[in-house]
Amino acid sequence: MSSQQIPEDSLPVVQETAHGAVERTDDPFADPGLPAHQPRIQDLDERAANRSERAVAFMFTLSMLATVGFIASYVIFPVDKIVYIWPFGHVSALNFSLGLTLGAALFFIGAGAVHWARTLMSDVEVAADRHPIEAEPEVKAQVLADFKAGAEESAIGRRKLIRNTMFGALALVPLSGVVLLRDLGPLPEKKLRTTLWAEGKQLINMNTMKPLRPEHITVGSLAFAMPEGLDPESHDFQTQMGKAALMIVRIEPDDIKDKRQRDWAHEGIVAFSKICTHVGCPISLYEQQTHHVLCPCHQSTFDLSDGARVIFGPAGHPLPQLRIGVNSEGNLEALGDFDEPVGAAFWERG
Amino acid sequence: MKKLSARRRHPLAAVVVLLLALAATGGLYAAFAPAGKAQADETAQSLAIEEGKKLYSVGCASCHGTGGQGTTDGPSLVGVGSAAVDFQVGTGRMPAQQPGAQVPKKKVIYTQAEIDQLAAYIASLGAGPVTPTDKQVDPSGADVANGGELFRTNCAQCHNFTGKGGALTEGKYAPDLEGVSPKHIYEAMQTGPQSMPSFPDTTMPEQEKKDIIAYIESVNGDETESPGGLALGGLGPVSEGLFAWIFGLGALVAVAVWVAAHTAKAKKS
Repeated sequence: MSSQQIPEDSLPVVQETAHGAVERTDDPFADPGLPAHQPRIQDLDERAANRSERAVAFMFTLSMLATVGFIASYVIFPVDKIVYIWPFGHVSALNFSLGLTLGAALFFIGAGAVHWARTLMSDVEVAADRHPIEAEPEVKAQVLADFKAGAEESAIGRRKLIRNTMFGALALVPLSGVVLLRDLGPLPEKKLRTTLWAEGKQLINMNTMKPLRPEHITVGSLAFAMPEGLDPESHDFQTQMGKAALMIVRIEPDDIKDKRQRDWAHEGIVAFSKICTHVGCPISLYEQQTHHVLCPCHQSTFDLSDGARVIFGPAGHPLPQLRIGVNSEGNLEALGDFDEPVGAAFWERG
Repeated sequence: MKKLSARRRHPLAAVVVLLLALAATGGLYAAFAPAGKAQADETAQSLAIEEGKKLYSVGCASCHGTGGQGTTDGPSLVGVGSAAVDFQVGTGRMPAQQPGAQVPKKKVIYTQAEIDQLAAYIASLGAGPVTPTDKQVDPSGADVANGGELFRTNCAQCHNFTGKGGALTEGKYAPDLEGVSPKHIYEAMQTGPQSMPSFPDTTMPEQEKKDIIAYIESVNGDETESPGGLALGGLGPVSEGLFAWIFGLGALVAVAVWVAAHTAKAKKS
């Protein structure tokens, strides 16, 4: 039987509550009013109040000392001094002392203020009753009258030329913002569909900066290549590598399940784009036993022994493969650009 | 002389002559015979292979087959080279405890001498990467900055940019590189253990491997400097932000709760 079902008359006249007995009245929602004010030790005992004062002053003094310590450590410690501090390890003495002293300086200001407010400032409860937020009728009438008088005096209704040109000026100002939207363009046009790879470009090993040769790449190894003629110091190196990055692995030709992949490989050496087709993270988490490549961003997994087919995750396309062969010097070379856009899909990709 | 000739018919005379003749022949042989050093080494080598084969039959053959040809439980070891054995057994990964997604690093149960014997046996099955010498893996004087660049190009995708390791697919993972000896790092790059691809000298020359080892030692070692303070595992901004939100804000909340829970009133209620 829940409490709602008890007839009101059978309730005890005096109810036990957590705060002691309360007389039952006819109005169960009557305002109980504020509890009686309770004094603090500091309100009753002047010596306790003096102790609190000293505690607050002590904390503010600590803050001052910490600030002095901050300035001193800035002066004392050279920027490259490393010290061992448990449990942080080998840390910069300058950073550590600056952080510690600034933290202490701020903390003790706050702690002192809190202690001051809790023990010494008045803690008498003050009730602020709510009032309607609507203005008084006289105030409203006054504001409206002032507005009318202002409109009258500015002659905005009579001098239409001023009014209309002002409207024009205000209407045109937002156009500046609209024009700046032009910077969202220009459209990339063909840039998303082409990379630096082209027929005859040699595959340059990103470690040694020398052309890769088929005999360099053993089964189970992983290598990265960039197109011949791209200077790592050049201004647009990252822009170009963002599309041209290539990972090269060697798989026993018999283990390659996809026929086109086998045709585009050179003796089992396959070259795939290193850019995930989901949102374009660089991926080369190649597991040489399974030939799976994992994208660290969203766990898309590609099977490099089956045309880089997506076997898990959100990617929508297989990794584009670069067709490679060997030139007259015996170096690996591209036999053209990727036949599809590399990296993340886009609206007009098709 | 007379004395000697008088005893020439003594029953032990023949024995004495024989002993003298043997001693003379042996002494002359020891003095003049070409003491072939190569021959001695070869003997030591074949001895090591013999011993290694015995160790192999006990500890490895159940999975890798009696001749290292591999079974359904373990890959063929023909041509993996001594470097692979030194890495797998030297880090305790082999012999494997149980089948699973990945064989973890554990306590090493063979002595280095036994590991060398096993490696000699496996190397005799087919040519493969050779265990590097101490000089080959010594990172002193290597270019740490270049090593960092190479590490970020070749290794960081799996092992994290400071070698803290990371997850792969289906329970596999790239291990943390802290405390791994330069020799084992070198061998891992050379041989490509388990899921890891190899980085042979043809695509990553010896000097570049040294640079990478020097980089790993400088960012993920006991003496690694962390100017910013607590490295929080070096996992990147997500874990650092999470730490600040949970422990930084948590501490502030705890202080606020503590302040509010301790009333300043004289009469405690």
